[in-house]
Amino acid sequence: MIKFFLMVNKQGQTRLSRYYEHVEINKRTMLEAEVIKKCLSRSKDQCSFIEYKDFKLVYRQYAALFVVVGINETENEMAVYELIHNFVEVLDKYFSRV
Amino acid sequence: MPAPIRLRELIRTIRTARTQAEEREMIQKECAAIRSSFREEDNTYRCRNVAKLLYMHMLGYPAHFGQLECLKLIASQKFTDKRIGYLGAMLLLDERQDVHLLMTNCIKNDLNHSTQYVQGLALCTLGCMGSSEMCRDLAGEVEKLLKTSNSYLRKKAALCAVHVIRKVPELMEMFLPATKNLLNEKNHGVLHTSVVLLTEMCERSPDMLAHFRKVNLVPQLVRILKNLIMSGYSPEHDVSGISDPFLQVRILRLLRILGRNDDDSSEAMNDILAQVATNTETSKNVGNAILYETVLTIMDIKSESGLRVLAINILGRFLLNNDKNIRYVALTSLLKTVQTDHNAVQRHRSTIVDCLKDLDVSIKRRAMELSFALVNGNNVRGMMKELLYFLDSCEPEFKADCASGIFLAAEKYAPSKRWHIDTIMRVLTTAGSYVRDDAVPNLIQLITNSVEMHAYTVQRLYKAILGDYSQQPLVQVASWCIGEYGDLLVSGQCEEEEPIQVTEDEVLDILESVLISNMSASVTRGYALTAIMKLSTRFTCTVNRIKKVVSIYGSSIDVELQQRAVEYNALFKKYDHMRPALLERMPVMEKVTTNGPTEIVQTNGETEPAVLETKPPPSGLQPASQANDLLDLLGGSDITPVIPTAPTSKPASAGGELLDLLGDLNLTGSPVPAPAPQTAQPPFLLDGLSSQPLFNDTAAGIPSITAYNKNGLKIDFTFERSNTNPSVTVITIQASNSTELDMTDFVFQAAVPKTFQLQLLSPSSSVIPAFNSGTITQVIKVLNPQKQQLRMRIKLTYNHKGSAMQDLAEVNNFPPQSWQ
Repeated sequence: MIKFFLMVNKQGQTRLSRYYEHVEINKRTMLEAEVIKKCLSRSKDQCSFIEYKDFKLVYRQYAALFVVVGINETENEMAVYELIHNFVEVLDKYFSRV
Repeated sequence: MPAPIRLRELIRTIRTARTQAEEREMIQKECAAIRSSFREEDNTYRCRNVAKLLYMHMLGYPAHFGQLECLKLIASQKFTDKRIGYLGAMLLLDERQDVHLLMTNCIKNDLNHSTQYVQGLALCTLGCMGSSEMCRDLAGEVEKLLKTSNSYLRKKAALCAVHVIRKVPELMEMFLPATKNLLNEKNHGVLHTSVVLLTEMCERSPDMLAHFRKVNLVPQLVRILKNLIMSGYSPEHDVSGISDPFLQVRILRLLRILGRNDDDSSEAMNDILAQVATNTETSKNVGNAILYETVLTIMDIKSESGLRVLAINILGRFLLNNDKNIRYVALTSLLKTVQTDHNAVQRHRSTIVDCLKDLDVSIKRRAMELSFALVNGNNVRGMMKELLYFLDSCEPEFKADCASGIFLAAEKYAPSKRWHIDTIMRVLTTAGSYVRDDAVPNLIQLITNSVEMHAYTVQRLYKAILGDYSQQPLVQVASWCIGEYGDLLVSGQCEEEEPIQVTEDEVLDILESVLISNMSASVTRGYALTAIMKLSTRFTCTVNRIKKVVSIYGSSIDVELQQRAVEYNALFKKYDHMRPALLERMPVMEKVTTNGPTEIVQTNGETEPAVLETKPPPSGLQPASQANDLLDLLGGSDITPVIPTAPTSKPASAGGELLDLLGDLNLTGSPVPAPAPQTAQPPFLLDGLSSQPLFNDTAAGIPSITAYNKNGLKIDFTFERSNTNPSVTVITIQASNSTELDMTDFVFQAAVPKTFQLQLLSPSSSVIPAFNSGTITQVIKVLNPQKQQLRMRIKLTYNHKGSAMQDLAEVNNFPPQSWQ
């Protein structure tokens, strides 16, 4: 199950966030900051799946923007990875010049 | 009042803020404007204001005052208002707020609206944040929409149904009839959401699962999947050359649930799984995602072995792939399957071991876990080499787990004692500070057990701490060994390795430096001091130096060291005659199979729940019936019978008891008061390890008693008390036969009241020769923590003069000294 869907830029500013489970509003910023820190510290040739607390993060970098999805164990990580790309393509098609 | 700014302007403004404080200021200003605008009940711009509010909420600022406004927007007739209103409801409202119930009526009306987009909005919102009350009220409407022919609505209704089922599981049956036709759709959106709905139903209720299996859901799914694979290029659903991979993955997951533990379903899907596995293109990530799901499905259902081998080969291929994601995924799946398909996974062992050297942290962890799962008797040497190398170079967060894993594996599969000791030493030198606390006692026990390796071990340990004595576990083990086997060290006899020339002074030098060093923990210092003391009997020319060292620590600030030093001093001064006996070599420690708390007693085949995990000996079955006899005859619920233990348990029990008394091998044991003059108490040093002074028979002799004397059979009890554990009494029984014929198959059984614990060791034989020419001896250990009067019921069975004899008796004449 997807827990949350985030788009965060390199400076840590959240551009989009959608939580599918209730998370307190002040905890959200903390979560986002931690998540982006983990993603930033990875190099390019490292695996896109990180284990974080009790769920997994699947992240993908597009220029200066990170799309991070938090999933639990029942989900196919690679399918989610594809989903992220699909989402970005849809945005691209719809809004042109993403 | 000027028109409120648009959302885009707001975003642009916020982006120009350079610091967090500036941003906060801008947002507060805008919030104030929005609030005043809400107060004025401005209809035209409400939608714009709420949109801005939602954006600010997403950035993390509180926006609860917008909730009612969302409701007003939902109630409006304009589509743009409704759109923002529902979005706001989804983001700001949930069942925690009481306001949400006000939405129910609006949603109900909108579900029946003429425009499909409005209906869609309502469905979305209900499916996103509907509470159980709302769901109950509106489930009927959702179900109606599930049956409509409009695919746009159908797919949304399906997802809404998923949410309803999650909130109110009882309503699941309501949606069942609608599901019949769901899979007949052409529209992929509907197909996808229907599969999700079916998956949710099957996961939640085994009845549903059985129903779907019966209703031939599997063939339908297989058909759809086949169409997806076989159909040509379809621009609508294409992702990198594969047609709708998301739907494929979903279907595979549903097939997994249907096929789990069900032979028929599994058989029906074998073909399609093989087809997917072989036909999917693996050059892009998409194909690999589908293959991954397929592999997971094959592993989970009752597939035929050919298919399983295919799956593992796919995983093997994944491992060789350059893409990190794929390797990670492969390692994870292999970890899941290694229990069931061990041999197949072994084939890929070398690749897995290579992954240990990968840069990526997630991959390394997975590879480490998998490597431990793959170690077996054949490959242990090679694997250990790799794992030790890994231990050297890995991150600190792995070291503890890796060290424990290596210990476990070495214990299970060590090909030789020397190899085992070498491996453990290697771990201690590389990751010494990360090992678990019980590694030290385990290693010491291992060393004592390998008698022939003592010289080699002590030499290696000595060399190891010569250079560096900062790793505490290593130093502790080394000090202990040097203390025990120091004489072997200086005599320079070692067959396995080149013997080194060490003098007694050099050995003392190193132990003293450990004592003095700042890096040594208090525990380590204790080890070192005791080691120095032990060397006083093993070394010949440096006794004075040892005496000096020991007396220095008599005034140490550390209470532990001080106590030891004072007692050792006393040993030098007043009890010098006892010193050699006390400090003699420790006997081999018996291996205890369990790690749990050990108790002195083993009651086999009986109902005692709290007892050890050691397995009852196979004879447990037969004696159980005898025990029942004993119980029946004895009656009374306060007696617990004890069956004589099989011979194999003797060493284990001895070890159990010894280890119990041993405590934590710091050789501190229970604090012994300053050596009392009247009883020569053996100091804690030994902790009762050597068998002689354990049970002090020089202490006031306890009179022996005749417990039974009938029909020519006489049984005498002699007693000993343990000095280290005053609640233990050891009774040795001697059975003699004064008749003219032998007594054969003699079995002695005993029962004691519940507050006692009894342990019966194996008898010397089962034949008592006639004419008192020989006796059977057997040892009974009684634990009497409450110091109650000892009572015992005994049952004797034997064959005499060709007939089986049996007798019961009660023994009450125990002398007070045996239990007080």
